Amino acid sequence: MKRRDFFKSAAVVGLATVLKPTTLDAATSNLAVQSGPDMVAVMGGEPAAMLTRAIKEMGGIGKFVKKGDKVVVKPNIGWDRKPELAANTNPELVGALVKMCKSAGASEVLVFDHTCHDWKKSYTNSGIEKAVTDAGGKMVPGNDESYYREIDLPQGVNLKNTKIHKSLLECDVWFNVPVLKHHGGAKNSISMKNLMGIVWERGFFHKNDLHQCIADAATFHKKPALNIVDAYRIMKSNGPQGKSEADVVTLKSLIISPDYVAADTAAMKMFSQVQPTNIKDVRYIEMAEKLKVGTQNLEKLNVKRIKM
Amino acid sequence: MRYLKKIRVALALLFFLPIILFFIDFTGKLPLQLHELLKFQWIPALLSLNLVLIGILLILSLLFGRIYCSTICPLGVFQDVISWKSRFFKKKKKKNRFKYTKPQNILRYSLLALTVLFVIFGSSFFFILLDPYSTFGRFVSQLFRPLVIWGNNGLSALLSGMGNYSLYKVEQVAFVPVAFGITSFFFVLGGVMSWFRGRLYCNTICPVGTTLGLLAPFSLFRISIKESSCTRCGACERTCKSQCIDSDAMKVDDSRCVSCFNCLTACKKASMKYEFRYKKTVEVPTKTVAANNSRRTFLLTSGAVLTSLAYAGVNKSLPGKKDSILSRKPIMPPGAKNIEHFNANCTGCQLCVTKCPMQVLKPASLQYGISGIMQPHLAFSTHVFCTYDCNICCSVCPTSALQPLPMEEKKLAQIGIAKLRLDMCEVITHETDCGACSEHCPSQAVHMIPYKNGLTKPNVTPELCIGCGGCESICPVRPYQAIYVEGVTAQIKAKKPEEAEKFDKVIDDFGF
Repeated sequence: MKRRDFFKSAAVVGLATVLKPTTLDAATSNLAVQSGPDMVAVMGGEPAAMLTRAIKEMGGIGKFVKKGDKVVVKPNIGWDRKPELAANTNPELVGALVKMCKSAGASEVLVFDHTCHDWKKSYTNSGIEKAVTDAGGKMVPGNDESYYREIDLPQGVNLKNTKIHKSLLECDVWFNVPVLKHHGGAKNSISMKNLMGIVWERGFFHKNDLHQCIADAATFHKKPALNIVDAYRIMKSNGPQGKSEADVVTLKSLIISPDYVAADTAAMKMFSQVQPTNIKDVRYIEMAEKLKVGTQNLEKLNVKRIKM
Repeated sequence: MRYLKKIRVALALLFFLPIILFFIDFTGKLPLQLHELLKFQWIPALLSLNLVLIGILLILSLLFGRIYCSTICPLGVFQDVISWKSRFFKKKKKKNRFKYTKPQNILRYSLLALTVLFVIFGSSFFFILLDPYSTFGRFVSQLFRPLVIWGNNGLSALLSGMGNYSLYKVEQVAFVPVAFGITSFFFVLGGVMSWFRGRLYCNTICPVGTTLGLLAPFSLFRISIKESSCTRCGACERTCKSQCIDSDAMKVDDSRCVSCFNCLTACKKASMKYEFRYKKTVEVPTKTVAANNSRRTFLLTSGAVLTSLAYAGVNKSLPGKKDSILSRKPIMPPGAKNIEHFNANCTGCQLCVTKCPMQVLKPASLQYGISGIMQPHLAFSTHVFCTYDCNICCSVCPTSALQPLPMEEKKLAQIGIAKLRLDMCEVITHETDCGACSEHCPSQAVHMIPYKNGLTKPNVTPELCIGCGGCESICPVRPYQAIYVEGVTAQIKAKKPEEAEKFDKVIDDFGF
């Protein structure tokens, strides 16, 4: 904190002399846009408190959501499972994010997932529907092809085009809010795997090298403002559905970063402490790095680690 | 006594509206408890051997005549609605112009005998076709409901185009030509009959109506004509949709009277009475017609039985097609116990089909043979499989063809077993990661095991498999999946999947 405060005040003073700002407030908000860490990891708090803290470190919600913005939040709501099984994103986290966006002046906050299980049951039993509507957001159906629009992925290797949910295409800003899980097919499901819930045709992924298609999907030009990886409860085994609470480990953690690859790399390192996994086996991470989606080299990034 | 008709109409609506709305409801907003109302139907009550309800229905019939037909039976009420609506389209002269006709005894007793005989032979073929409640269920689920859903989808497309997601698109249950054809046939038959002849269907085709018609002549209360004040104006006869009042002879055919009480309202002289039958000398009802026809009936019946059985036999030996997935055993919904129980007790009312949130239940064509037409079976397709945390179908079944299973039991009910064909699997044929099947397996019966080069391939533990079809529905290999579910003839309990090892260590480092 001390270092941050020092830099902040130094920068403010510096800017104040250079720009001759009308008010100091304007200078600070200006500063927030220019600096800020590449990744914030928080540990030891409740979902909402960790999110508040992490976003604050990232420069505040106002940096991402402007007044009147249409916002989309894309959690993992793939399964008809209760929150304790960690098959879906933590509802408290999603609710807190929606609330934050609303307080930043978002005109609407839409939440959807192209679920694997029955969408209505998944929305309800994940607890996300209630959390979102209580926070002033709206649940949007993702169960029908008519909600999806075709886009091109010029950088994609196997996946050259796909259909993406139109609410995401039409919004001003979106947040990718996956949960950290083991996954039988893709080895692990984190922020890039979560993109399979914004597309309509998933069968193509499974038929054309799942890992490559996931990496290809991450080249989608409209990047999320942040990947907010929920690691409050993680699913260490039997993913992506899980069988029982024995598959769940409570880590009380949160990793946020605008960089898909960095977020997934960090999440994998955290996951490996519970279930040792060779990150090379999660092939889409390296493939995405090759497509210049992001970096696995956390050393080069400004990573903030906070224990609460 | 004019209030009796009003009571009848009110009671009829009290049963009819919830039933039709319950069948149409595609949002799941109506409480599932509404299915209790359906247990009051004669055939479901009989099939589920619900002695209390059978007793209540029997007492009602013995007290008031065919009150079931005029108030509880949705098909009867539906025909009343048609008959009533038809008045607005007919010329003034023809309005309400029913005339006394003779009963169609040969037809009605033959159909009843056929139904009973088939049941004795262990086939619910005629039950399925003729149970009035189930017939009505099919009218709604296969004819009206799709229209409502189309309306909803049109509107939701309009709204979502404007960024409003308050309505959502609902998938139609797949079109099954055989079921649609049979339902349409009965719809036209019942529609035309009721449009022109009121309750002719109930008094000719419906085996429940015919049976209750046998009981009705003994009911404590009945409609009769007070001869002293009757002017033979014929008002009662013209309003009688059962066409059972002979105003010239001043007689009412009890066997066909459905106790609708229209005649009580129509009679200006208050000569129509609904009163205690046994207060004066009892006129023994003529049942000789039925008896005289017994031989003919028998011949007709046995002929029909034989042809049907022969036909059923032919259909069972349908030639196998190319892929084994096409000739698999049908998959019964959870709670069906075994194929004999299920086929004998299900009347194909389609309630489970309309309530299935995954829409995996569909009316069968010939999967169960000819006597199982329109009984539900599971038909998997992309994203369509039996969801793990759901026991709706077996909870709502009014005939107990599907026995209610508590959630924990449902999760272990083995309705089928996954068959893996590794030689067709993506992992083997393209040497890539896939795992979609194991991803969708709720019981870990389908799990990934090491293959080569860090790849994993699927493997099935049959004892764990419950046959939900998650794997089949998501397998990217098409048109015939590399993994599919084969039905079972008797549903048993699958093995409970073992829990993972718990992780107890405390992690307080980020790991990066």
